Amino acid sequence: MFQIRIHGRGGQGVVSAAEILSVAAFLEGKYAQAFPSFGSERTGAPVMSFCRVDDKPIRLREPVLYPDALIIQDPTLLLLPGLFEGLAPGGFALINSSDEQNPPALARAGCPPEHRVAIGATELALKYVGRPLPNAALLGGFAALTGILRLESVLAAIREKFSAKVGAANAAAAQAAWDMVQEARMGAHASAN
Amino acid sequence: MSFTQIKFYQTGTFTIGNRLLGEEDRSIQSAADRANSLNCGHRACQGCGEALGARYAIDAAMRASKGRLVVANATGCLEVFVTPYPESSWQIAWMHSLFGNAPAVATGIAAAMKVKGREDVRVLAQGGDGGTTDIGFACLSGMFERNDDVLYVCYDNEAYMNTGVQRSSATPAAARTATTPALGVEPGNRFGQGKSIPLIAMAHQIPYVATASVANLRDLEDKIERATLLRGARYVHVHVPCPLGWGSEPRDTIKVARLAVETGFFPLFEAEFGEVSSHTTIRRRVPVEEYLRPQKRFAHLFHPVTDADRIARLQAIADRNIERFHLLD
Amino acid sequence: MAESVALCRPEVVCAYPITPQTHIVEALGEMVKSGRLKRCEFINVESEFAALSVAIGASGAGARSYTATASQGLLYMTEAVYNASGLGLPIVMTIGNRAIGAPINIWNDHSDSMSVRDSGWLQLYAETNQEAADLHIQAFRLAEELSLPVMVCMDGFILTHAYERVDVPSQEEVDAWLPPFEPRQVLDPAAPLSIGSLVGPEAFTEVRYLAHRAQLQALERIPELSREFARAFGRNSGGLVRGYRTEEADADAEILVVALGSVNGTIQEVIDELRDDGVRIGSVSICSYRPFPFDVLRETLGRARQVVVVEKCLAVGTGGIVSMEVQTALTGLPVKVSTVVAGLGGRPITRKSLRETFERANRGQLPPLTFLDLNEDAVSRELERQSERRCSGPTAENILRDLRTAALRPA
Repeated sequence: MFQIRIHGRGGQGVVSAAEILSVAAFLEGKYAQAFPSFGSERTGAPVMSFCRVDDKPIRLREPVLYPDALIIQDPTLLLLPGLFEGLAPGGFALINSSDEQNPPALARAGCPPEHRVAIGATELALKYVGRPLPNAALLGGFAALTGILRLESVLAAIREKFSAKVGAANAAAAQAAWDMVQEARMGAHASAN
Repeated sequence: MSFTQIKFYQTGTFTIGNRLLGEEDRSIQSAADRANSLNCGHRACQGCGEALGARYAIDAAMRASKGRLVVANATGCLEVFVTPYPESSWQIAWMHSLFGNAPAVATGIAAAMKVKGREDVRVLAQGGDGGTTDIGFACLSGMFERNDDVLYVCYDNEAYMNTGVQRSSATPAAARTATTPALGVEPGNRFGQGKSIPLIAMAHQIPYVATASVANLRDLEDKIERATLLRGARYVHVHVPCPLGWGSEPRDTIKVARLAVETGFFPLFEAEFGEVSSHTTIRRRVPVEEYLRPQKRFAHLFHPVTDADRIARLQAIADRNIERFHLLD
Repeated sequence: MAESVALCRPEVVCAYPITPQTHIVEALGEMVKSGRLKRCEFINVESEFAALSVAIGASGAGARSYTATASQGLLYMTEAVYNASGLGLPIVMTIGNRAIGAPINIWNDHSDSMSVRDSGWLQLYAETNQEAADLHIQAFRLAEELSLPVMVCMDGFILTHAYERVDVPSQEEVDAWLPPFEPRQVLDPAAPLSIGSLVGPEAFTEVRYLAHRAQLQALERIPELSREFARAFGRNSGGLVRGYRTEEADADAEILVVALGSVNGTIQEVIDELRDDGVRIGSVSICSYRPFPFDVLRETLGRARQVVVVEKCLAVGTGGIVSMEVQTALTGLPVKVSTVVAGLGGRPITRKSLRETFERANRGQLPPLTFLDLNEDAVSRELERQSERRCSGPTAENILRDLRTAALRPA
C-alpha cells in the first residue's frame, strides 16, 4: 500500500487532488481510498487530505499517519510544525515552490535528496489554466517523482474531474509539471554522476 | 519653486473613525476604549460580512449597556469561527446552545437576570438567517409574542453558509446555492413568497424592529445602540455579504452590501410597535442588475444568455420595496 | 450514495443541511433539477423536524420517501422518528453518524443513531461505501415489505466524505430487484381512511407488540434479502452479522472483537497482524443493529474465551451500549466481555492503539471498561482539581479556566 498525504490551504483544491489520485488508481485497476481531514473549513486555512493506493482492497480507516509521499501545495505551510511528521524514510516530498529547486526547508523532510522536488506549480497553473490552482499540476509532478501512477492515468483522471476545457488545461499543466520533474530528476542524476 | 504641503481633513463628516468629530459624535469602533468584544484571531474567511457586522453590533450593544451584556449565539458561522476549542475570540459573556433555540436561550438568560435582581444586565441573541428564519423561527416568534426582554440580531447572508451554502428561506429568488443549483427550467432558487422576518416581527408589534447593513456601519451602530437602550422584544436584521457563498470578491463586501441598499433590494428602515418609523433614503438609485453582476451566485442570469425575465422579476422586488418603504422620498 | 438512492426511484426527497450528510441530498436535488431523476419532488425544508415530517406525509400518501440527517438533526426530529415507526411508514433515512453535543462536535461517532435505537426503526450499519450504497437498495425493500422505517447508518466523514471504489448497479438491475411501492394504507380520497388515531390503553400494547414482532420478522428477512441481493448483484452486503477469521483450522478464535461500521476495516487489518503472530483472534461486524441479532451473536461469539466490544458510543454513567446487548446475548455462557469505548467525537482509531488493546486482552489484562487513547494526564489533573473545588458549568470550559488560573498563580 502506498500512502499519500497532501497539505494545502482551503480553496487550493487539496481535497480534489486526493480524489483525482484515487480515480487515477481506479483507472489502472488498483484500489484506492481518498478522504480529507476535517476541521471547520474556510478559505485559506491549512487543510490535509489523504490517499491510499493498493493492489488489494483497502480496509484501513485511520488517517494517514505514515505517508510514503507528501505533496505540499503551499510553501507557506513549511512553517507549520509537524508538516513532515511520519514521512517514511525512503519517502517522497513534492512541494509547490518556485523559489529554488530545493528550498532548504524541504531538507527537513528527511527523505533522500533525489526523492524531494520543488516545482512552481502555481506558475504552471496560471500559465495553462489561468488560475492559481496548483493541485492538478502537482499531481503530474507526483507521478513523475514517485512512479506510482502512470502519467496517462493521472491525465485521464484530471479530464474526468473537470469540465472539458478546464480539464484539458489542467491536464496540460500536469504534463508540464511531469516534464519538469523528469528533467529535475535527470539533472540530479547527471550531477550525481 | 517651493512646495507647500496641503493636508486635507474631512471635517464634520461622520466617517467611521473621524477623530475631528466631537467625542459624542464619533463611532463606537473608533473609540480606544471600545469593548473589542469580537477580538481578532478568529477564523472567519477573508472579507466575511458577518464578522464585520458582529464586531460593530456587539461593541455598540456593549457601549449602550455599559458593558453589562450577555449574548446567546445560535449554531452557524459566527459561532464556529469564533470558538474553536480551546480558543475563543469573544471577550464577553457568551453562550452557544443549539441551532434553533437562541431566542429561547436568551429568554432564559433574561428571566434569570430578572429573578436575581440584575435587570441592568441586558441580553442579546444572535444567529444567521438559517437559525433565525428557519429552524429558530418558532422560538423567535415565541420570544416576540411574550415580549421577552431580548434583542435579537440576525446576520443575514442569505443561505446556510457554514455547511456549504445551502438555501434557506432567506435566500433571494434566482440565487444559486448547493441545494438550488443553476439547472433546469428554473435555475437557482425558485421565486417563492419570500420571508421577511422584519415584517413578521412588525406583525408581532414588538417595541423595535430595524434593518441594517454593513454598507452603513454608523447606521448599524446607531440602531443597535438604540435597540439596546429599549426594553422588551427587539429585532435587528443585518445584511451581511458572504464572499464565498455569494461568489463575490472578499474586498467587495461593503460595496456589494451598498449596492443591495441602493437598488432597493435591501431596504433600510426602523419600526416601532408595528409601524414604520423611519427609513434611509436611497441617495443614488441603481438598477438591480448592477447588484447582481458582481455575484457568481447570479452568474447564470447573465451567461450564456441574459435572463431578462428573471432579472425583471428581481427588479420588481426592489421596486416594490422602494414603493412600500418610500425609499426615494 | 445519491446515485444509489436515485436508482431506487424515490418520489419525495426532503433536505435540510447538516454536516456530514448534506452532499447526498444536494446531489439528489441536482439530479431532480437536471431532469436525471424524474417523478421526484425535492423539497428544501426549514428544519430536520420538518424534513421527516414531510417524509411522513409523503409516505402516508403512498410516495416512496427519503431523507438524511445526523447528530443534532436526528435529535431535533426525534418526535417524528417515533411517529414514523409508530405509523408504520416505510421511510428510508441515511444517518451520517456524527457525535451529539454539547460540546458541539461535527466528527464521527455513533451516539446519534444509538440515541434512537429503541424507536422502532430498523438500523443497518455499513462497513464500507459499497455496503452503504447496497444497503440503501436493500433498505427500501425491507422497509416496504415490513412496513417499518429503516435507518442506514454510515460513519460521518470516514465514509460519507471518502472516495472509494463503488460499483453502482444499473437502473434495470435495481428495477428488477425493487418493485414499486404499494402501500397497505394510503391517503386517498377515493378510499378515505384515518391515519394516526388516538389509541388508548385497550389497544396500545397490542400495537407495540406487533411492531416488536415485525422487527423479529426482520431477523429472518434481512439475511434472506442479503442472499437475494448477492444473487442479483454478485456482492455480499448486509445481513445480520459478518465474521472475520472467527474459525480457522484448529485455531478457532479465542478472542473475538465486535464492532459496528467502518472501524471493522481497521480491526481486520489488526486481526491479520495478530494472527500472523499466532494470536487466536477474530472479529465480528454487526450490520443489523435493530433488530439485534441475539441468537446469531450467541452462536458466533459463544465459543470464544473473551469478547472485546469496540464501540463508538457511551451510555454516560453506565458504560458501553452495544456491550450491554452483547452481554445479554451471551447470558449464561462463560465468556468475558470487555468494553472499549473508542473514536468518540471523531478521535481516530489507529491500528497501533487497537493492537495494543487486543494484546492486553490476550494477556488477560483488559479491564471491563476502557476508553481508547484517553488522555490520562489531563483527566486526572481535572479530577484532582474537581475534588478540591466543584464547579458548575461545562467541563470543557472548566478545564480551560483551571488551566488559566493555574498558569496565573504565582510560582
